[in-house]
Amino acid sequence: MGLLDKLNNPFFQEVGDIARFTGRFFREVIKPKQEWEEFINQCYWIGYKTFSLVGITAFIMGLVLTIQTRPTLLEFGAEALIPSMVSVALVREIAPVITALICAGKIGSGIGAELGSMRVTEQIDAMEVSGTNPFKYLVVTRVLASTVMVPILSSLAIAISIYGGYLGVNLKGDVSWSLYWHQAYNALIYGDFIPSMVKTIFFGFAIGIVGTYKGYNSQKGTEGVGRSATTAVIVASLLVFILDLVAVQVADVLGLT
Amino acid sequence: MEAEKPIIEVKVLNKSFGENHVLRDFSLSLFQGENLVILGKSGSGKSVLIKCIIRLIEPDSGEIIIFDQDISELDQDEMDMLRADVGFLFQSNALYDSMTVRQNLEFPLRRHWTKEEREEKAEAAVLEALEDVGLSHTIDMMPAELSGGMRKRIALARTLILKPKVILYDEPTTGLDPITGREINELMLSIQKKYKTAAIIISHDMNCIRMTGNRVIMLIDGKNYAEGSFDELLKNTDPKVRDFFEGL
Repeated sequence: MGLLDKLNNPFFQEVGDIARFTGRFFREVIKPKQEWEEFINQCYWIGYKTFSLVGITAFIMGLVLTIQTRPTLLEFGAEALIPSMVSVALVREIAPVITALICAGKIGSGIGAELGSMRVTEQIDAMEVSGTNPFKYLVVTRVLASTVMVPILSSLAIAISIYGGYLGVNLKGDVSWSLYWHQAYNALIYGDFIPSMVKTIFFGFAIGIVGTYKGYNSQKGTEGVGRSATTAVIVASLLVFILDLVAVQVADVLGLT
Repeated sequence: MEAEKPIIEVKVLNKSFGENHVLRDFSLSLFQGENLVILGKSGSGKSVLIKCIIRLIEPDSGEIIIFDQDISELDQDEMDMLRADVGFLFQSNALYDSMTVRQNLEFPLRRHWTKEEREEKAEAAVLEALEDVGLSHTIDMMPAELSGGMRKRIALARTLILKPKVILYDEPTTGLDPITGREINELMLSIQKKYKTAAIIISHDMNCIRMTGNRVIMLIDGKNYAEGSFDELLKNTDPKVRDFFEGL
């Protein structure tokens, strides 16, 4: 069996299709006349409508992380390190990844189902017939909105989760907000923030591309729509972890860890 | 006297999906002001044919000429401009379900009218198209709030808003009850009369074909198998043609 035969299987075909789809995205994004109105609309739907879910989860994350780590640090007499440890963990890893996973679930499945439904009910064809480029109107706007909004949501999640940590510290202790904030803030350096923000841009892009790819190429009626939404979530979530792994390695090589 | 020139000409069109040869050397001509019906069994390639005409599907070979332009030679912008003159009514209506009726009707204008034109004339154009289909009161409703017949009418209004010279109807009465189906047929005739449009109508609904078709082409085995008026085909003795008219 030759190499070409081995590569000719559904997995590699799918990878090739996604690569072509991504290539088309970049070609369309540099062509003039973008659909800015739809982009703003998508930013609203992706950002504003996901904020409450991300906010509640981030708050609970900060709270739980503090409560869980407190006994261990207490054993070593290092209770005072809780704010520093919690803030570094939240900024570097936990808030960006959890936010991205929530977005993969909510945004990825939403886009996959919406575009899939539009595909099987011929709405995408109708758009093309009416002279509107459906790829630009539906795909480019959603991928850009996701790329912009996931880092913003992640930043908000970091802030809220640090506040959740403050509440966690005060459940069994008595630390003022200014002392907690001082310790949490002083433990952080730009090397914590920058890689975290950069990777959320890639998370947002991956979520947008996978969601739109699955929806835009949906087939086989309502069953296909369901499959598009589900696989969009699975593939986007997996990509978030893979990108996170790559981001950690790159940050390490660049001396940012 | 010079013979009338067709506004749409399809020449020796071929289209296959894997081993399934849907269209084999299919040809047709559509003339100004006529309603041409394509009759064939489900899955015979009727919808593929009109999707090739509007270039939603690329044919394997053959030529499609619309208003003297070979559509395979047009770039995307030129094709978009041509599509303003060729309306398409989808079998599933394809209304944008996240938009109101007004937004659905305004959508095709965003590509073909300037912002100033839209601000000045869009409201009147939407109302006129809705009046043509008798559904002015639905302007702010969502597609999900409409019945099947109403959705078909709104889809037709959206097709009409750019005042196309040709309309391609993909099974316009499929899934409708006989009374609503007849109303849609009457609407198609009134549009033909009012706007002097030509139309290609894909159908296997005999009432629709009898009422709306000036000429009928039978698509059998991917080919233009028989052609004529409804009454001429009704008298045809070929067994494959007779199959369609059994019981009438």
